[in-house]
This record gives sequence, structure tokens and C-alpha cells, in this order.
Amino acid sequence: MLIEGKTGNWEIVVGLEVHAQVISNAKLFSGAATAFGAPPNTQVSFVDAAFPGMLPVINRFCVEQAVKTGLGLNATINQVSVFDRKNYFYADLPAGYQISQYTRPIVSNGRITIDLPDGKTKEIGITRLHLEQDAGKSLHDQHPSKTYVDLNRSGIALMEIVSEPDIRSPEEAGAYLKKLRSILRYLGTCDGNMEEGSLRCDANVSVRRPGEPYGTRCEIKNVNSIRYVMQAIEYEARRQVEVIESGGTVEQETRLFDASRGITRSMRSKEHAHDYRYFPDPDLLPLVLDSKWIEEIRAQMPELPDAKKERFVRDYKLSPYDAGVLVAERESADFFEEVAKGRKDPKLAANWVIVELFGALNRLGLDITKSPVSAKQLAGLLDLIENNTISGRIAKDVFALMIETGKDAATIVEERGLKQVTDTGAIEAAIDKVMADNAAKVAEYRGGKQQLFGWFVGQVMKATGGKANPSMVNELLRKKLAG
Amino acid sequence: MTNLTDLTIAEARDGLRKKAFSARELTEAHVKAVEAARDLNAFITETPEKALAMAKVSDERLARGEGGLLEGVPIGIKDLFCTEGVLTTAASHILDGFVPPYESTVTANLWKAGAVMLGKLNMDEFAMGSSNTTSYYGPAKNPWRRPGDNRPLVPGGSSGGSAAAVAARIAMGATATDTGGSIRQPASFCGVVGIKPTYGRCSRWGIVAFASSLDQAGPITRTVRDAAIMLRVMAGHDPKDSTSVPRPVPDYEAALTGDIRGLKFGIPKEYRVDGMSSEIEKLWQQGVEWLRAAGAEPVEISLPHTKYALPTYYIIAPAEASSNLARYDGVRFGLRVPGNSLDEMYENTRGQGFGAEVRRRILIGTYVLSAGYYDAYYLKAQRVRTLIARDFTEAFRKCDVILTPTAPSAAFPIGEKADDPIAMYLNDVFTVTVNLAGLPGISVPAGLSADGLPLGLQLIGRAFDEETLFRVAGVLESAANFTAKPPAVGTGA
Repeated sequence: MLIEGKTGNWEIVVGLEVHAQVISNAKLFSGAATAFGAPPNTQVSFVDAAFPGMLPVINRFCVEQAVKTGLGLNATINQVSVFDRKNYFYADLPAGYQISQYTRPIVSNGRITIDLPDGKTKEIGITRLHLEQDAGKSLHDQHPSKTYVDLNRSGIALMEIVSEPDIRSPEEAGAYLKKLRSILRYLGTCDGNMEEGSLRCDANVSVRRPGEPYGTRCEIKNVNSIRYVMQAIEYEARRQVEVIESGGTVEQETRLFDASRGITRSMRSKEHAHDYRYFPDPDLLPLVLDSKWIEEIRAQMPELPDAKKERFVRDYKLSPYDAGVLVAERESADFFEEVAKGRKDPKLAANWVIVELFGALNRLGLDITKSPVSAKQLAGLLDLIENNTISGRIAKDVFALMIETGKDAATIVEERGLKQVTDTGAIEAAIDKVMADNAAKVAEYRGGKQQLFGWFVGQVMKATGGKANPSMVNELLRKKLAG
Repeated sequence: MTNLTDLTIAEARDGLRKKAFSARELTEAHVKAVEAARDLNAFITETPEKALAMAKVSDERLARGEGGLLEGVPIGIKDLFCTEGVLTTAASHILDGFVPPYESTVTANLWKAGAVMLGKLNMDEFAMGSSNTTSYYGPAKNPWRRPGDNRPLVPGGSSGGSAAAVAARIAMGATATDTGGSIRQPASFCGVVGIKPTYGRCSRWGIVAFASSLDQAGPITRTVRDAAIMLRVMAGHDPKDSTSVPRPVPDYEAALTGDIRGLKFGIPKEYRVDGMSSEIEKLWQQGVEWLRAAGAEPVEISLPHTKYALPTYYIIAPAEASSNLARYDGVRFGLRVPGNSLDEMYENTRGQGFGAEVRRRILIGTYVLSAGYYDAYYLKAQRVRTLIARDFTEAFRKCDVILTPTAPSAAFPIGEKADDPIAMYLNDVFTVTVNLAGLPGISVPAGLSADGLPLGLQLIGRAFDEETLFRVAGVLESAANFTAKPPAVGTGA
């Protein structure tokens, strides 16, 4: 996307740093629990609270999760990586340093393909993924003059995933985050929940004239929804264009997104500029991974969204757009596949899942795992359409009742007598009655006003309570009107 | 009955098994001796009730014919080891009131083996120092005096309280830690044995960290055999310390065969440093003769990067310390001096909580890790460290063990060198290389200086070859026949 400035066009350049909380029962370097929402300071070991003499011991499962994620990002898994200390003082950082990976991350050189609204795709490079500890939480609003500290989060494993500056618009940034979150969820390495803070994003934004070298970037910290990330980038890019066009220069700085006003503002003054004094943590040996172990993890990788989309297009003949919608969440894709399994017309299944089911879930504010209609039940409904027990129109009413009552389609059809009328005699009788009651219209039709045909269909359907098989109505009506 | 406090650990162990005396008697004798020797300021915290309670359990075990390798043996613990329910200070104001809810792995190993805790021993603040004068609790004193000179002498450091207590016969043995010589130099100053084992041999879990890549625990005792007995109990793999090494612990005592025939010992030419006193030079030569007489063969070796060891050490150790000590911030434990903002609280707490030497090292460490200086200092020091380790690897192709002096001088009066940190740092000139290379080193009392103070010789071994070290140390100990006792012992001063 280009921004039109007063002096010409500007290109937005964005790189994203995502902090993804690793799904793991225990912390990165201690055995303390990680569950969200526990009472303050109830999930803290002496290691997490940095008591004297306490030492970190790496959690193997967190390493496995990072490797799995690296493989999911088509990246290089570094068999030797190093943990460093990032030193700074803050009340919720008990040790006075965060254990992170600086010069030698566990994963580097990955890429993900993002899906753009116009149906095109684009590759975004992943510079690196490294493991690090989270800090605790400072609570400033519990006491008029004191700050309280909750260390439950202290020591929880995070993956910092850093993209290349390959993103060129807020939309691409949104697509990148959606795709990344989808991959993490498929892998089961991060739940991607931005409200609970298990996925956090910092955006590096700069602007330049197309084709010119990168401009000075600003880092926007901790934006907690995809929509806000897009807003923040848009605002920040326009701000930078304005600064430059009015003769100023962009200062490299950290800025904060103010969601209530939709703006970014400068966060740190210069005297607080940090020198993190990174150095290798002498309490931990370099992390050395066995190639056999990496291969074992690779062998257990689930099918990821891109591969699944491709397969849906190929095997179910879905449009790339529909396939993309279905694979965005692993649960939706699984739901669709269960409905589509062995069906003659998988596209019908896709339509029902995307249009009817997603629509209903949206209205109810539910996600697919809480759907009141199971995949099996939806399949039952589609069976009734395909074997002509009900029409597509009636099916919509039945589906609404299924959502409401949770009952099976067949039960509802039975209870309400919604079975489609396929008895030729009954349909002919209805047609005869409509024609007899509307002799004038019949004459008009026969006189050449062919467009009245639809009106006749409607009357017949109305007369049969919508249950008549539509194609039979069409066929018989055409014959009878022709005289 | 012989004076119980004069027994070695090995003798006490045998006496307890033979029921010549009880653990209670042995402990009571030591508790009394501790009280009588308070002038030495060797203990920061005495735990006599705990000692007697532990001795009672030991007697019960011994009565049943059970008991561990140190059953009923009263020892002191350097106040750098966290001890559950017992004040642990690292000799610093900043840990005021800190009572750990956990027990360090090394002390837990000792208690499991039946050892009895007399209390927590004085030391340099956060183990930073070579004279025990940086302690917030005041200097520990060396039980030795120069004849005709009543000025109190330093016991060395940082494990000054440990060496002073063992030399003064108020503890049979003591735990200590060694980051740049903190076990071996005080052992040398106080006429006792001290071994720093190979890095990774003892768990660091529960020991207040100074410089994590250099810190290692070890015992201070009066004999080589006692050191072998104690280290066997202290050592071992600990999954809670990622740098501890999963190797079985040998029976070090069994290595004391006295037979070193055919063994080669190296004499590093670079250790003949400028200004080395002739008596140190002479003692070293004497050591060579003793080992040669026992059938070992001296070989000249070269450790060419020795001259860079001190500057390298005084970059790496403060760098790690500056980060390790960041946790003492007044937020969760120990001293808090309030302020009007978080930064002010940090400044007040750390400014008042840390002594001058600790502050100096935090500043040095912060500086050498800073942007723009990291490559010139820290990174370069790490490279030199690799070269120093390589020197030893090369040297050990030619010899099995290396013989050097432990320290460049005997103990000096308290207050001397106090305003000259560089002169103080020079105490570590023969010991820091061993920490930088992660090797084991032992100091054995070998003679007296002209003014009647103990001097030690150091043996350096291959990584995880403490057995050879003990064997040669045992021979050196027999040959030196160091029987002198500090004059203060038994006088209560």
C-alpha cells in the first residue's frame, strides 16, 4: 500500500516481533505451573522469584515446542543455541535479568505465506525465533502509593518470533498475524489468545520512497489485537510521512499505541535508554539438539494450513477462497472434513459450514468448538437434502431449529412433518388448483408473458407449504402451462 | 582423654565407631571451643542447639551401628551456603534477616552423611576479597600471630572464617567456596588443607552466586585425608545445577596410597613472578625435592598465558557478579531502604546494602559488559580464558600434576593493602588460572615463613582427577610434616 503524501507517494515498511507464550504445563526454567488466571503469586518457585543460590534448568518440552514451531515456519533449527542474560532493573523482573537468546537463537531463516484479500499470496521472511522467559506483572492500581508484583507469569516460556521487514501494509500485517496464529494453533505450541496476553506484538514501522533504502523505524510496543496492530501501523506511517514532509526527521524510538484515541505516542525518554549488557548465561550450557530428536519431532508434525488448503482445493474441489476460510482454524477444517466425508458434493458441505454454520455461530458469539450442531448432525441434514427428503429452503428452517434445540435434522423433519412432497399426483393437484384459481394469469402466460412462470412456482410452493420438490414443480408446471 | 578438638575427622570417625567418645561429647567440646574463640570472629551465626540436636541423632544412629561417612563430625558452614531455617548472609548487610526456606545441595549432602552443624562462618562479602576484611560482620582473624607481634593477621579470603575456624580447632572441617583462590589462599594463610575441586564436581545449587562460571565448593580441613573424606560427601551430580557433571564420585580416601613413583609433576616457569619472596621460592624448591624423593619426576612446563590470568579474571568475575547480584534489589528479601520511587529504592538499598568492594566489582562488571566495551573487555577476556585452559591441556600432555606456591606471601596484618585493591588482587596470582580453566587445585601446608607463619604449596590436577591430586598432596603432607599449631589455640583468643 502506498500513502499519498503532499510530496508524492510513500511506501510503508513493517517488521513484526511476536511474543508467543509456549503451551507448557511448567515454566521455561522451573517446575512451577503456568495456568492463566491463578491467584497472584501462587505459581512461583524460588527460581522464578530469583532467591539466592537458585539455578535455572531448561524445560525439555518447551524446547520441543520451539523446534516444532520452527519446523512449522519452514525454518532452520540450530543444533547449537545459547542462552544469554538481558540485564535491566525492574520490580517485576526478580533476577534483574531475563534469560533470552541473543546472538545464537534456536531457530532462524523461516518463512510463511500470507493470504491477501485479493486471493493472492505473499511470502514473509522470518528472521529468527528464540526462547526467553517472561517477566512478572506490576499492578499499579491496587494501592494509592505502592505497586504490587505478581510473579505468576515470571519465568513462563515465550517464543519471540521476528519477521523480516517484508510487510508493506496494515492489511499484510494483519494477514501475517492471522497466519502465524493459525500455524501456532495447528501446532499446539501457542494458544494465540491476544486478550490473555499469550500472543503479543511489537511493530517496527518506517516509511520510504518506493525503491529507496529503508527509513528510520519506530517500534510500537505491546499492541494487543490484530485490529489494533493494523490501526497502529496505519497511524504511525501517516505520522512519519507528515513529520518528513513538514521538514522534520523521524527519531528512532519506542512508541505506545493508545487504543482509545487510535494514536501512537513516544514512550521512553532518552535517560532511560537501556543498555541490556547481554552476555551468555553462565548457569546454562549451550543448548545442543540431537538431529535424530529433531527428525522425530518433524515426523509428528500435523498437516499445516497451507498444505490443508491445497488438499481441500484438490480433493474437495473447493475454491481457494473457501478452502482458505475453512483451514484458518484447525477446528473448522476438521469440522468441515467430518461433514464432507464421503459426500458426493463436498462444495455443498463447504457452503453450509461457511455460510449457515459460521453465520449462526457469529450471531451467537460462539466458536466452533462450542457449536450447538455437531459435524455429524450437520452431515445428517445434508443427507436429507441430497436424498431429496427436504429441499434446500426447508433445510435452512430445519437448521435454525437444530441450532435452537440441538436436535437431529431427521427428528425435526419428522416432528414437524417437513418431508418434501415428491408425489406427482399431489403436486399435479396443487398445480391444477392454482391454474384454476388464476385463469387470467394462465391466459396471459400462454399469450407470451413467460416471466409469469416464477410467480406460478411461488404459488404452488405456497400451496404445498414449501414442501414440494422444487424441480418436480418446475417440470410439471411447465408441462401443464404449455397446455 | 585426648583433646577432642585436636582430632582429625578420620580420627574422630574411628573414635566414634569404637565408642571412645560420643558425638555429643565431640560436639560439646567444639561448641565450647567456638564460644571460647569468639575473638576470632570466625562465625557469623553460631547454632549450638542445632549442633547438639544433630549430635543426639548421630549418637542414636551410631548406637544402632548405622551412620554416614561424617556421622557425628562437627563442622562449620561458610555463610555463602543457604541453610534451611538458619540466617544466611553472604557476610553482606543486604541479606539482613534472610532465612532460606531451602538447603543447599552440598550442605544437604553433608547432613545426610551425618555431619553436625556448628554454625555459619565469616567470609568476605559475597566472597569478594582475599582477606576477610570486606565482611559486613567485621574481619575474621587468623589464629596465627607473628611471634612477638600481637597485631591480628588476616586469615585470607574469601573463606577466611572457614580456614580460621579449622586452624583454631573450633571446627573439624568447614565448607568453603573458591572463585579465584578463596579456598586455597586462606588454607595457605592458616596452615590448613583446602581443595577446590573441578568445576562441576560439586553442585552450586543453594550457594549464593558470585561468578557462576568460576564458583566451586570444596572443604577446608586439617589433613589431606580429611579433605578426601569431606569432598566425597560434598561432591556429586545434581540435576538442579545444569553445570554439575554426571560422573560417579570416587572414594578419594582410597587414593591416598602414598605411592607416586613414576609420576610426573610440572613446574610452570611462568609462576616465578616478579617480586616473589625468596622464602616462597625456597619452599617451592623444597616441594620439588620432596616429590622427587618420593619417586616422582619433575618436568619444566610452560603456561604462557599466565600473565593475562589476573586481568582476565578481574573482567569475567565482576561481569558475572554484576548480573548475579542484580537480584538484591530490596523487593523480595533482605534489606530494603525505602525511597520515593522504584529507582530511588534501588539506589538506597544497594548503596547502603553493599560494601565498597562489592560496589567496586559491580561497577567494573557493569562497565565491561556495556555497549561499546563488551568486545574490548568481556569478549577478549573469554578468548584469553580459552587460551589459558589450552595452556593447561598442553601442559598435562607432559605431566600428571602441577606444583606451584599457593599464594605469593604469608598472612598480612588486618588493614594492610586495604586501600590498594590491586595489591589485594595479586594474592590470587597463582590460584585464578585454576578457576579460569575449571581444574582442581589443592593447597597443602608445607612450612613456616621466616616470621613464623604458615605457607602452602598448591597442586593442580587434570579435570576430574582429584584422586591423583589427593595422592600427591598426601605425599607432600607427609614429607612436610607440618605439625606447628597456631599460638592462639586453646588460649581463647
